[in-house]
Amino acid sequence: MTKTMPAVIAVLFGLLCFWFLAVAPMNIRVALDQADRAGAEVMPATAVARRDTSVWRLMSDNRAYVRDGYYLDRPRLPTPLQVGREFWKTTGAMVLKGRTWSKRSLIFHGWVTLQSTLWGFLLGTAIGITAAVAIVYARVAEMAIMPWAVISQAVPIVALAPMIIVLTSQVGIDGRGFPKAVISAYLSFFPVLVGMVKGLRSPAVEQLDLLKTYNAQGFQSFMKLRLPASIPYLFTSLKVAIAAALVGAIVGELPTGAIRGLGARILIGDQFGTPLAIWSALFAAAILAGVLVTLLDGIQRLVLRRMGMQA
Amino acid sequence: MIWLMAAFLFWLGAMALNLRLAHPKLAQKRWAKVVVPLLFGLTIIVIWEALVRAFDVSAAILPAPSAVAVTFFNSTDLLWQDFTQTVLKGALRGYIIGAVAAIITAVLIDRSPFLTQGLLPIGNFVAALPIVGVAPILVSWFGFDWHSKAAVVVVMVFFPILVNTVQGLRETDAMQRDLMKTYAAGYLPTLLKLRLPAALPFIFNGLKIAATLALIGAIVAEYFGSPTRGMGFRISTGVGSLSIDLVWAEIVVAALAGTAFYGGVAWIEKKVTFWHPSQRG
Repeated sequence: MTKTMPAVIAVLFGLLCFWFLAVAPMNIRVALDQADRAGAEVMPATAVARRDTSVWRLMSDNRAYVRDGYYLDRPRLPTPLQVGREFWKTTGAMVLKGRTWSKRSLIFHGWVTLQSTLWGFLLGTAIGITAAVAIVYARVAEMAIMPWAVISQAVPIVALAPMIIVLTSQVGIDGRGFPKAVISAYLSFFPVLVGMVKGLRSPAVEQLDLLKTYNAQGFQSFMKLRLPASIPYLFTSLKVAIAAALVGAIVGELPTGAIRGLGARILIGDQFGTPLAIWSALFAAAILAGVLVTLLDGIQRLVLRRMGMQA
Repeated sequence: MIWLMAAFLFWLGAMALNLRLAHPKLAQKRWAKVVVPLLFGLTIIVIWEALVRAFDVSAAILPAPSAVAVTFFNSTDLLWQDFTQTVLKGALRGYIIGAVAAIITAVLIDRSPFLTQGLLPIGNFVAALPIVGVAPILVSWFGFDWHSKAAVVVVMVFFPILVNTVQGLRETDAMQRDLMKTYAAGYLPTLLKLRLPAALPFIFNGLKIAATLALIGAIVAEYFGSPTRGMGFRISTGVGSLSIDLVWAEIVVAALAGTAFYGGVAWIEKKVTFWHPSQRG
């Protein structure tokens, strides 16, 4: 970890520099339009002429306005600083003002998304483990379920998302939490299923035979051998599953006109033309994903150490 | 009531037949491996049909599979048009651009151990992020037509393929590389004859993950603006205008396209990496 740290930081810094430099060509048109509207002299005077000129040409002809591209209210590409400031404004500054749960706070929206993510994650994990146990113990389940599980992941869930929302609201389940959780579960059950099947089958034949010589019943050998042996596999899948569950929750908010949640912030930012809101919501989602995966990683270390599987 | 009874009987019959087919003697047969899952899927459809008919569910909520099938065959022209717009133009082009870019980047990065060390954790992290969220930004950059959809797909498939390729390129062991050295093979021959082939199972792993992501990206991007065709457009407007049977027909197309896409990549993998242990037997 410590050995790779400098390399990671160097690469991150490089990406940040690239981002910062890319702002100038991305924003020059917007900056020139703005200056033009304010009555300033810009090189090709009309917007139509500017559209046919390359950004590099525009930049070299209007050196004075390149700088303006870094201070736009509605940039095509905001600078890292602008995004950071907006992010702080909607999280930390809100907390300081005591308005953590205000509708404009990303902490509030993150919490909404997190709830659906966790419910979906729990549901998906439960389904995945149950199906894995069925598959390991019954050949008919493996033959019938496994191909469909693979196909289910090839089906783009976003196509189903609006239908899931229509269905749940008609059945009489109010609120947007439930359909989002269903979508999360749909995306997260598969990695758990695959990992658990592998894990439950990981004990060697000799180990299973040994338990047979102990006269262990089927359930005993499951609890004492198969289940413990599958725990490392389970945690590896859980980390994939929680990231997938977050994607599911956000995707569930996108096509449905939701008004709360990180996906809804992205949607609203798009409709109202406020790119900074989109970018800060994206960063909040990235941070949330990082925190969730790191948390599961910590739990994995703890559990495996307690079980004596990791030094 | 009669529908429920019939569905129940069908379910019992299918289950009995499947249990029969899963018997060790038959389970090895090739046709049994196809029939069992098909029967399982058919049972679900039959139960769905029966429930819709028995409880007289409004077509605006959940149409029966038979109604969806009728709509599907009545509107093949429309569905084909949406399919070309979303899958062939958006998803497939984006997928190819993204995959080629990712593999080239991986080969370039691989020359510098420092870069590899720094990029692998970042790439792994980015691959876990909800990247679909960039869809509205890319739509505002590249316009409403398929270009923006392809761009979303490029961003989504890039990192999974990159990470897998970089890992795959490190797969060869010292012995194999030494052998190439004794043949006086330079960087390029070693890359083409040893390291890229050895990386293929990993690359295909990334390509398969990306195949499922590509369609998701193309459809989500259409929710943020599209010309008046495309699967995402049809689904979002169909839900609004309560033509739910058309939405389900579109879902069927999406499911078929996704499965075919994934199956195609898996098929190529089987042909290309036939030598790998996971493909034998």
